[in-house]
Amino acid sequence: MTILACTALTRAFGGVHAVSGVRLTVERGELVGLIGPNGAGKTTLLRLLAGVLVPDSGSVTYDGLDVTRMPLHRRAQLGRVMTHQIVRPFRGMTIAENVTVAAGSHTTRHPWRALRTVNSAKARDRARTLLARFGIADAADKPATAVPLGYLKRMQLARALALDPQLLMLDEPLAGLNAVEATQLADQISALHASGLTVVLVEHNLHEVTRISSRLAVMHNGALLADGPPDEVMARRDVRDAYLGTGRSRAAADA
Amino acid sequence: MDYYLSVATFAALNVTLALGLNLITGFCGQVSLGHAAFYGLGAYAAALCSTAGLPFPASVLVGVLVAGGVGAIVGFLALRVREDFLAIVTMAVGFVFLGVVRKQRWLGAEMGIANIPSTLSPLAYGVLSVGAAVGVALLSLHIRRSWMGRAFDAVAQDEDVARSIGINVARYKVIAFFLGTAAAGLAGAIYAHLAQLVVPDAFNFVQSITILAMAVVGGLGSTLGVALGAIALTLMPELFRFVNDYKLLVYGALLVGVMRFSPRGLAGLVQRFSGRALP
Repeated sequence: MTILACTALTRAFGGVHAVSGVRLTVERGELVGLIGPNGAGKTTLLRLLAGVLVPDSGSVTYDGLDVTRMPLHRRAQLGRVMTHQIVRPFRGMTIAENVTVAAGSHTTRHPWRALRTVNSAKARDRARTLLARFGIADAADKPATAVPLGYLKRMQLARALALDPQLLMLDEPLAGLNAVEATQLADQISALHASGLTVVLVEHNLHEVTRISSRLAVMHNGALLADGPPDEVMARRDVRDAYLGTGRSRAAADA
Repeated sequence: MDYYLSVATFAALNVTLALGLNLITGFCGQVSLGHAAFYGLGAYAAALCSTAGLPFPASVLVGVLVAGGVGAIVGFLALRVREDFLAIVTMAVGFVFLGVVRKQRWLGAEMGIANIPSTLSPLAYGVLSVGAAVGVALLSLHIRRSWMGRAFDAVAQDEDVARSIGINVARYKVIAFFLGTAAAGLAGAIYAHLAQLVVPDAFNFVQSITILAMAVVGGLGSTLGVALGAIALTLMPELFRFVNDYKLLVYGALLVGVMRFSPRGLAGLVQRFSGRALP
């Protein structure tokens, strides 16, 4: 079952074709790692898929439904949720409140229901559970401005999960974390995948992304260069060349 | 006695106005520098209805709906602009309102509408005004506790993130504008009947800034703080003559002073000294 598909997706910024003619499908239950060298267009592609950006041409479908021009909040309500490389917490809220407000999204969806609903115990409990799951329950009552990046990264993931997503699109969730934190968070993303969630992951940490992905898609110069099982993709000559430039040896790549 | 009653009535109307602005700016984070226009819309609409023979409650209702309706439209049209640009757009709405009203013969042009039928006693107007202020305050307190308040808060803090967690930002902004401007319309409709006269200058830019100063001095976001701010700024010109003579100067200085020393206004001071947040 295809949960996400795009055809001939193109987006230019001025004269730069950040993404041109990309065709990609994601099946339910996959963990697709979207990799490529800097400037390859990975983040732009993810933003197009998530609806943060509107493509110049091409289309995006969720479960066969054309969502190319669907606003972001509607996509989130459909369970297609994106997290950003630079975490943006609600700065005036605590960590727990940041997740709670997402956990109540079925209430805030309808303003009239939102006005009539005061009780937030259920959403708060759900937020606490999620914070505990990501090991940041100790920071629950701290202001979002007063916790380290590693906490914010995990808070962002908890906030995304609070929306009961079917498809998570993560933009460099491991960026800025140290090796231990990165491995832990990668394990947690892998566990989400194991529990049945579909994940599309843009990531520069090749070691972690090849370890947890069920499939790798490689972007280069705005186009899809390779797409397949991680081992096969990483063994391809053109993929290595894209990362390292042509003429480098395998030893250099391993180093 | 009449003097105190009149001051109390105007204090209550100002509380209603400032709480309306607080819904838009304090709760939902949308700057508005044209709040007096909606006060004026409510006043003019109610005045027209009453002079045309409609009963008082119906006129007030029309005033509320006209102000709220136009407020919702302005909110909708202003969806594309944020922060400074929104401030300029709402300021322009205030000037457009004055510009139009001043030139319309059917609205009395510069002379306004006089001889508005008044059916209530001064005491009844006082009670009604206080009732309106308490009503808007209770609604504000409820919104703050409800999920609508959380959604407003999310929109105020970061629109893009609010969208990404499924909040229909546009809809909540329009609702905030509707509620806040409807409250201004309510104050305007009562004011028109109380004064039995509406003139354009009562709803000018100085009035908008006065309402903003009340909300900021009280502490944007805090219902009780804003109510206190509105009462304090209503009493100030009564207590000190020179404040009345140099209103804009004093309010401007107050705005700057509050921004610099206690950005969360009186509510922030209360929290600093009592350790508890003012709802």
